[in-house]
Amino acid sequence: MASGALAKPQMRGLLAKRLRFHIVGAFIVAVGVACAYKFGVAEQRKKAYADFYRNYDSMKDFEEMRRAGIFQSTK
Amino acid sequence: MFSRAARSWVLRTTGGGLGTRGTHSPGGSARSQGKMAPYYTNHYAQRSYPMPDEPYCTELTAEQQALKEKEKGSWAQLSQEEKVALYRLQFRESFAEMNRRSSEWKTVMGCVFFFIGLTGLLIWWQRVYVFPEKPVTLTDERKAQQLQRLLDMKSNPVQGLASRWDYERKEWKK
Repeated sequence: MASGALAKPQMRGLLAKRLRFHIVGAFIVAVGVACAYKFGVAEQRKKAYADFYRNYDSMKDFEEMRRAGIFQSTK
Repeated sequence: MFSRAARSWVLRTTGGGLGTRGTHSPGGSARSQGKMAPYYTNHYAQRSYPMPDEPYCTELTAEQQALKEKEKGSWAQLSQEEKVALYRLQFRESFAEMNRRSSEWKTVMGCVFFFIGLTGLLIWWQRVYVFPEKPVTLTDERKAQQLQRLLDMKSNPVQGLASRWDYERKEWKK
C-alpha cells in the first residue's frame, strides 16, 4: 500500500490531545460563564438593591399601601 | 422478562457472535457473497467489533484457495488487487462502507412529528370534551383586580413586577 499519497496519520497521543483540548476548553467556558454571571446578574442585582434602598422611605411606602386598602389590621 | 428479551436481542445484533453461532448454525457459519443468510446467524464487523472471529467467506473457489496459500508467504509479493481480494474474503464491508450514513433520520423525524401532531389532536379533543368550566377567578375582570392588588402591595419592588410600574403616572414604565 505504498502508492498512496496520504500523509501518515497521528498514531500516538490521541487521548492526550483530546483531553488537553477539552480540558482547556472546559476551563475557559467555565470561567467565562462565571464572569458573565458575576457581571451580568450578581453585580446588576446588587446595584438594583442599592439604588432602591438609597432614598427609601419606609413610612411613606407604608402609607401608600395603607391608603390602597390592602391591609387587614388597619384602614 | 422484557429486559431479558431485550438483552438477548442486543447480544445477538452486536457482539454475541460466539454464542449465537454455535446454536443457529453448527456447520459452516460464514456465508459467501452469493447466499442470503439470516442476518443474525453471523454478525459482521462493526465499528464496535472490528475483528469478527470467522471470515466472511469460508467456501473458497480454487483460485481463492490459491490466494490464501500465497498469503501464507511474504505479503510484499502480493499485488494490490490480491490484497483487496483477501480483504474482501475476510470482511463483508470496508470501514467506509459500514459507516455510510443512511436516511433513517428522515423516518425518525417524520414519526416524531406525526406523533406530536396526533398528541395535539388528542389534547384538543380533551379540551373540548373533558375539561370542566374555567373558574371565575380567570376572567379578565378578576385578573385585572388581582394585578391591581399586587401593585398596591408593591410586590417585588426592586427588580420584579412593582419595579416595572410607574406609580406617579399610573402606567407601565417604558
